[in-house]
Amino acid sequence: MMLQALPSALPSASGDPLLEVNDLVVEYPVGAKIVHAVSGVSLQIARGETLGLVGESGCGKSTLGRAVLQLRRPTSGQVLFDGQDLTAMHGDALRLMRRRVQLIFQDPIASLNPRRKIGDIVAEPLVISGVKDSAKREELVYEVLSAVGLDPNLVVGRLPHEFSGGQCQRICIARALILNPEFIVCDEPVSALDVSIRAQILNLLEEMKARFGLTLLFIAHDLAVVKAVSDRVAVMYLGRLCEVGPSEQLFASPAHPYTELLIEAIPVPDPDVRPAETVPVGEPPSPIAPPSGCRFRTRCPRADQRCRDEIPELRAVAPGQLVACHHPLV
Amino acid sequence: MTERTLLSVEDVSVELPTPRGNLRAVDRVDLTVGAGRTLGVVGESGCGKTMLSRAILQLLPKKAKLSGRVMFDGQDLLQLSPERLRRLRGRSLAVVFQDPMTSLNPVLTIGTQLIETLQEHLELDEATAKKRSVELLAAVGIPAPEQRLVQYPHQLSGGMRQRVAIAIALSCEPKLLIADEPTTALDVTIQAQILDLLAREQRRRHMAMILITHDLGVVAGRTDEVAVMYAGRVVERAPTPALFKKMRMPYTEALLAALPRIDAAPHTPLPAISGRPPDPTRPLQGCSFSPRCRYAVARCHAEKPALTEAESREHQFACFHPIEIHAGAGA
Repeated sequence: MMLQALPSALPSASGDPLLEVNDLVVEYPVGAKIVHAVSGVSLQIARGETLGLVGESGCGKSTLGRAVLQLRRPTSGQVLFDGQDLTAMHGDALRLMRRRVQLIFQDPIASLNPRRKIGDIVAEPLVISGVKDSAKREELVYEVLSAVGLDPNLVVGRLPHEFSGGQCQRICIARALILNPEFIVCDEPVSALDVSIRAQILNLLEEMKARFGLTLLFIAHDLAVVKAVSDRVAVMYLGRLCEVGPSEQLFASPAHPYTELLIEAIPVPDPDVRPAETVPVGEPPSPIAPPSGCRFRTRCPRADQRCRDEIPELRAVAPGQLVACHHPLV
Repeated sequence: MTERTLLSVEDVSVELPTPRGNLRAVDRVDLTVGAGRTLGVVGESGCGKTMLSRAILQLLPKKAKLSGRVMFDGQDLLQLSPERLRRLRGRSLAVVFQDPMTSLNPVLTIGTQLIETLQEHLELDEATAKKRSVELLAAVGIPAPEQRLVQYPHQLSGGMRQRVAIAIALSCEPKLLIADEPTTALDVTIQAQILDLLAREQRRRHMAMILITHDLGVVAGRTDEVAVMYAGRVVERAPTPALFKKMRMPYTEALLAALPRIDAAPHTPLPAISGRPPDPTRPLQGCSFSPRCRYAVARCHAEKPALTEAESREHQFACFHPIEIHAGAGA
């Protein structure tokens, strides 16, 4: 495996995008109705960057992650990976491209086949990609298991049920890394883990990112977790992006009322910080019948007639910070 | 504590038989909750916090062995007949579980489940019970409560279902509400709403509450006192401000330090706790946290520290090498 140096400067989206998503739409039928899971999302991720994607359950963040990898084919829109449009690729071309991208799921135990030995699970991507030399495979498996902090000799012959959730997530990360990918979608990788284990896995992801020069799309509902690992953060609500910006800036001066609400709702582990008085109201509407105009308007204290009539477009409010709101906070 | 003691858990242990030997889920726990007060019980999965709540409610699995004493409102719950216990539970001792989908009956309407509880415990007639149900649903913030009565749990969102579960728990004006991870299955915005709802109803009814959670952020702003559990034992117990400001137990410190903070800069490495909790079927001779503790010395591996008092009687910790106050908290 190659050791690559990370770009030292904070990568910006304008730099060298590895991934570019243009006006992505994902809709799927439920009975006679249509779920508008992702409705016209555009974003870029620079090489070596981590983009955090946050939102409540059902906002379409996982669907977006899968549509990027073509695990669910988008209804329309473009996904450019290293300049090539994945949505136009099929068959072998797409399979070859997939070696460069990987996915890590929320439930590490469920994403490992309970009947297969860890050594075989981690080697599987090598087998699929045609590495026929079994000694070479074993060497790579040992190398990657050590990299994620497991002792290969104690691990390869055992079955997933013999491991805790945190260890299983390490195994999933090893499997994702073994083909030396450039881009990994992490879909809620730590939300099933306990606090003490969560920190271990977050640190491991950061370490692996630096060591293997990865670019990450980090999907989570926990803003503090997202902030810990992301260079930039995108906030999603009911299928649309509300706000995108550099992590520090977005948390220090959120421009979208929804971003502010999410930040205020986080319980702070400090008894001197009283829970926010401005309690968020209500629940997100159904993505089957999203509200007209701005989709957040039904819960927004600033909403007016314009928000009902006009869909707000993403526009810059500060360098690198984009917001889709008619009445932004900054 | 100035308030009258409502619940006292005295030397309670719970053992569960497993194929690999007995699992000591709760290990000699002592706790008290005053009337109208909130106790937070914090710990990671498998630390015994849920088994402790089930021991209080006498809802343990059949094979579990319980020892010790649970005094609630002047009665020893372990000595009560099943019939008297059943009358107590749901009436003065109520519970809200983590997953409102499994705690509500999926084939009964919301109305049936609420009205049933009211009729059973308060012996109200159907019309009065129905009227009360509508009031309760409105009180927990459910819009159009009359229409909800005829709906089934699956027709409601997770947040709404948890509101219904809370309405049922509150219906008979309990003296103590045990909320076992009530917001873990919910989104952060809904979590804030539910926690506010619980706090508001608690104040209004002067009800005591045990808030069980793995999230130190949840207990910080919303409890009077906190007990931190690790491997079945209470390892630190203190009034909430003291626990966060003057923690003595290294596990508490490590747990707090491992939390990603919203005010930290991105890419700050987290002081993770190495290793993982011990196997509960193979109890350690010494302090259960010693294999992961950065302060551990030989004595910690050989001997179990007892809960000892810090500067006040309310603040107790189980550690031979407590964190010195003034040395500064955080790793």
